[in-house]
This record gives sequence, C-alpha cells and structure tokens, in this order.
Amino acid sequence: MTTAAVKPASMAQALQRAMRDAMAEDPAVHVLGEDVGALGGVFRVTDGLAKEFGEDRCTDTPLAEAGILGTAVGMAMYGLRPVVEMQFDAFAYPAFEQLISHVARMRNRTRGGMPLPITVRVPYGGGIGGVEHHSDSSEAYYMATPGLHVVAPSTVDDAYGLLRAAIASDDPVVFLEPKRLYWSKAQWSPEAPSVVEPIGRAVVRRPGRSATLITYGPSVPVCMEAAEAAAAEGWDLEVVDLRSLVPFDDETVCASVRRTGRAVVVHESTGFGGPGGEIAARVTERCFHHLEAPVLRVAGFDIPYPPPMLERHHLPGVDRVLDAVARLQWEAGS
Amino acid sequence: MTVQELPGAADAYRPTPPPAWKPRTDPAPLLPDPEPYRVLGTDAAAGADPELLLRLYAQLVRGRRYNVQATALTKQGRLAVYPSSTGQEACEVAAALALEERDWLFPSYRDTLAAVARGLDPVQALTLLRGDWHTGYDPREHRIAPLCTPLATQLPHAVGLAHAARLKGDDVVALAMVGDGGTSEGDFHEALNFAAVWRAPVVFLVQNNGFAISVPLAKQTAAPSLAHKAVGYGMPGRLVDGNDAAAVHEVLGEAVARARRGGGPTLIEAVTYRIDAHTNADDATRYRGESEVETWRAHDPIRLLERELTERGLLDEDGIRAAAEAAETMAADLRERMNADPVLDPMDLFEHVYAEQTSQLREQSAQLRAELDAEGEAR
Repeated sequence: MTTAAVKPASMAQALQRAMRDAMAEDPAVHVLGEDVGALGGVFRVTDGLAKEFGEDRCTDTPLAEAGILGTAVGMAMYGLRPVVEMQFDAFAYPAFEQLISHVARMRNRTRGGMPLPITVRVPYGGGIGGVEHHSDSSEAYYMATPGLHVVAPSTVDDAYGLLRAAIASDDPVVFLEPKRLYWSKAQWSPEAPSVVEPIGRAVVRRPGRSATLITYGPSVPVCMEAAEAAAAEGWDLEVVDLRSLVPFDDETVCASVRRTGRAVVVHESTGFGGPGGEIAARVTERCFHHLEAPVLRVAGFDIPYPPPMLERHHLPGVDRVLDAVARLQWEAGS
Repeated sequence: MTVQELPGAADAYRPTPPPAWKPRTDPAPLLPDPEPYRVLGTDAAAGADPELLLRLYAQLVRGRRYNVQATALTKQGRLAVYPSSTGQEACEVAAALALEERDWLFPSYRDTLAAVARGLDPVQALTLLRGDWHTGYDPREHRIAPLCTPLATQLPHAVGLAHAARLKGDDVVALAMVGDGGTSEGDFHEALNFAAVWRAPVVFLVQNNGFAISVPLAKQTAAPSLAHKAVGYGMPGRLVDGNDAAAVHEVLGEAVARARRGGGPTLIEAVTYRIDAHTNADDATRYRGESEVETWRAHDPIRLLERELTERGLLDEDGIRAAAEAAETMAADLRERMNADPVLDPMDLFEHVYAEQTSQLREQSAQLRAELDAEGEAR
C-alpha cells in the first residue's frame, strides 16, 4: 500500500492541480482569461499552467469578458473544452449575454447536436476586503438560467473533485470559487486526490438530530462553527453542504429535514430573490408534514454589496445563524 | 502661484516623449479604398471567371425566389416571421460560395439565404422562423452555426472556432456575417479585437443595408465607413459594392485565402440595401421614402449580373428562363413541404436541456406526460 504524501494544501492549490491534471489528461482542455498566463491569475489559481502547457493552452486574453466567453463558445464548437476565468464575480456581468443567450442554450437549440463543455470559473463572494464590484454573490442569476450547472465547493477536497467533474462535464458549468476560502488549508494529498461524486450531490458535513443548516460555499465553515457552538448548548445541528445548486439535490436535503424537522438556509447573497427562497419553498413543498417550524433564511441583507469596512455587518456570521436556530423554538434535548 | 512661476521650475522642466512608444502598425495599408470595389460594368469584369458568374447568377435568381416565397409563407401563417434579404442576395450568395466545404459560416437571423446557398435544405433553414424548433439542422454536419438572433454575439463564436481550428492545425476559415446595426454592439468590438490579436482566420462581412430596423446608418455610427473601423483593430478593411456579386465574391475570396494562409482577419463592408422592410411585421414607409428604394431597385444585384452576362454573350433568353425555372421548382418544393404541419413531440422540451436530465426535469417531464395522456383520453 502506497502512502501518498498528505500535507496542508490550500483550495487555490487544489483548483490549480485540478486544471493541471485535466490539461495533462486531455489536450482539448484549454484555460483562458485575463491574467491567467504569466501572472497565474490574480489569485494565482492558474499558476504555472502557461509555463507547463504553453500559451496556446493557457492563454492571456484581451480584457473583455464577453469576448472571453464568446470565443470559448466557438472553441467548444470546434471540440475544445475551455475553462475560462472571470477574475471577479461582478466582472462576469458583461459576459451574461453570452452565458445566457448562448452557453446555456446551445445544447437545447441544436437538439443535443452541439453541447458546450465550458467551465466558467467565477471567484465569488465577500469577506476579503474587496472594494466595490469584487465581492458579489451572483448565484441566483445563474440558477435562474436553465442549461447551466452551478456549483460551489467549500473544502479543498471538493475544490479539486468538483472542478475535475466540471471540466469533464459535457454541459456548461458555472464554477463559483469562494474567494475567502482560497487560502483555507486542509490535509490533502495532491498525488492521490479524492474524487467527488458527479455534480449534483449534496453532502452531510456534520450529522445532527435537532435542525438542518442548508448551506454551500463560503457559508459552510460558518455553519460548521455555528453547529459546534450550538453543541455546547446541547443543540445537535446537521449541516448539509449543497455543493451543487443546479442540479439541486432534493433527496439529500429533504431526507435531512425529515429527520430533524427544522431547517435554516444560510448564504451570503441577498435574501429577496435569492437562492434561499427557492430552497425554502422546495423543502416546504416536500417536507411540510415533517416540519416543526417554518424554514428560515439567514442571508446577506437586500443591499448592494457594502464597502469592505462594513461588510462584516452584512455577511451572515455564526451569531446570526445561532439567532435563527433559536427562532426555530428550540426545545433543547428533545 | 503656478508651477511655472516657481523659482527654477522652468529650467528643471524637460518634456520627454513616453519611453519606447511608437504606433504598432502603419495604418495606411489597412484603410479601405474610399469607393466600394466594383467588378460588373467595369474593366475588371473581363478577368472574372464566366463559370463562376453563371453559378452566381443561378444562385441569385434562386435566392430572390426564395425570399419571395418565404415572405409569402408569412402571409399564409406558415412562418412566424421572415426577415427578407431581397436586394442583398449578392452578399448572401457570394458569402456561401467563397467558402470551402471545411469552412464555417456564422450567419445572423437575416442570413438564411447564405445557409441555403451553402447547400442547406431550405426547409431546415426555416425551422427557427417557422417555430417548430430553434435550429433545424446539425451545425457540425453543415458547418453552419445556428442562425443568430441576438446581434453580433455570433462573431466571437466565429473567432473562437477559427482560433481552435488553427490550434489544431486545420486550415479552416470562419466567415461571420453581421448587419450595420450589429457593428454598434459590444460583441462586434470584442470579436474583432480578439481576432486581430490572435490573428484568427476569420472574415467579418458587414452587410450595410442602410437600416437597423428603422435607424439609418448616419444615426448608427459617425465612422467614415464601417470598413474604416478595421484600422482600429489592426486588420485590413475593404469596401465593396454589395450588389455586385462578382465584386463581393472576389473580395471575400481574397480575405478567405488570406485568412487561410495565416494572414489574419479582414473586415469587409458590403454596401447594399434592404429592399423589403426589416421583417414582414415592419412598416418601412414610416422611415424611408419610395424614391430612395427606387434608386436601389435600379441597382439590383440580379439585373447587374444579368446585364454583364448577356452583353458578353454568356447568357441568353434560354439561360434566363432555365434559371427562373430552377428557382420555381425550388419554390414549389419549399411551398409544398412548408404547407405540411411539422410533427412535434412535446416531450422534446425536456430532452436537450442537459446531457442527463436532472431529477427536477424528470419530475416535470412526468407531469407533462400525464397531461398529454389525459388529453389523449379526453379526446
């Protein structure tokens, strides 16, 4: 039995490794975006790829997001598997027309004749002190567009596994990378990286009996911390990490809520029109008779993303999650 | 007190040029000739290949008949809408004939005719406009991208495809078609910029037909011409008479050949005119006068070529009749097949959203299945 070297690795390193392994395995995989080459991306996630695979495989493009994604469409039409980087969440907006009018629809438009295996990497979310337009959580826009997969890893393991799955997918995937987890580390073996299930499976990060925290991406560590804090009070919280918003894993989520009878959805993006509304509605429709309390949402406020000196008041933290749990009319120990 | 008034400031100030800066390219060779290039009725016509001219003629006549037939089909409710290219047939036909089979065509919604001239079944080409599905053909099989409804968004696709082909070592050229209105869109700019930076084997053909629905070119751009825009991207611009099929074919052919041998992209502006309204749903009399239309009718692409061919003895009454009859046969076949109701399967709605249906879509398709079954039983 070989023992692979297990040492601390960051999410950014795991993502880089995922692209590197995908590029080594399949010459059709091409990385493109602004600053992805010599600089290795502003977050260094593409570090070394241009050097290893050449500028034709890891390409610094002109600064134009619609152009980056639009040319990726044409590349995919010719059989390549483009992995594009949008650099920051709000920088992706110029590419929305390409994403929504073409990337999401090409398979459908051509009756399956022309699927587009494009991975759109979007560093997303707040908590890093970014100035305006550098911290948006745009997942609701992507979720509202049929034809796209939308995923968000929360661990180093998943960052690798989900990105490999995204690149291997024959459908377009919006791959949301939680910026503030880029430097979070975990014991990880780059020589024998774990492979996650195909896109679309949620995972129970922490089993519990009293209520379910339904969350994803950067809010997962927040919920894990909240669950630990609640445990000290005798509360036994289950944490479900969705990993994939589209497709949505009703099965895992609803099985958990049926066990616990209570649910709180936690995410950074705004509550009104946000993912939590959809999730709460799905859970209510499917688990109504099991629910002991309304499904609650802990979300960012319904405001444009705030300036960095105020963002801590906006982002859902442990206390806000625990307050919501308390509002589920908890009967401790029951 | 200003900087100049400070003691000693004037002596210390030494204006210097920006370090190591000079223009990358001499713009002059990229600029289009101010007059649209013409062949028919000029000395250049003597050099044109008679066989090619006859092929262009047959396709022009067929294309005109196609436009008339498709417009008639809208009146019968067989097509939801049809954006006619009557008057622009020379651009459509020359575009198709300038390409090799391995090349790709990226048409806009008005370029059905280019797809048909490239060999696509006329009925398949009209699927989008009939409304039975968004694209009626396999783009890979015909190397024709889906007819693009959003403006100019297909141009970066053409660049990406051409770039990918070049990376793979294939000498494939992409021809991307757009209207004058589409040149104002951001995707036009981004596509041309990417193409030039990557030296992608792409040819951009702008059909300047005078109007973006109702807005005339003068309100669309202040550029000297649309072909002049090329210089800003570092690619050559060409102006051509878009109603002169021989000229359009020659200019396109040169650009395609240049792209194929690694010379990079070209921007071509074909000056033409949209004789019909924007679509059958538009009232063109609200924004232009009949006399303007008449001057363009006098410069009709079919008449121009017919005159050239007959004067040179390459075409006679029999030839003209044969072309018209062939077009009529196509129209009759198109009419007959378009008058048959398409057979639609509502379950197709869920078939091609993802490679594998999500559990949500499986539930919804089961719901529709049940609704269809209930309808069937009620009947």
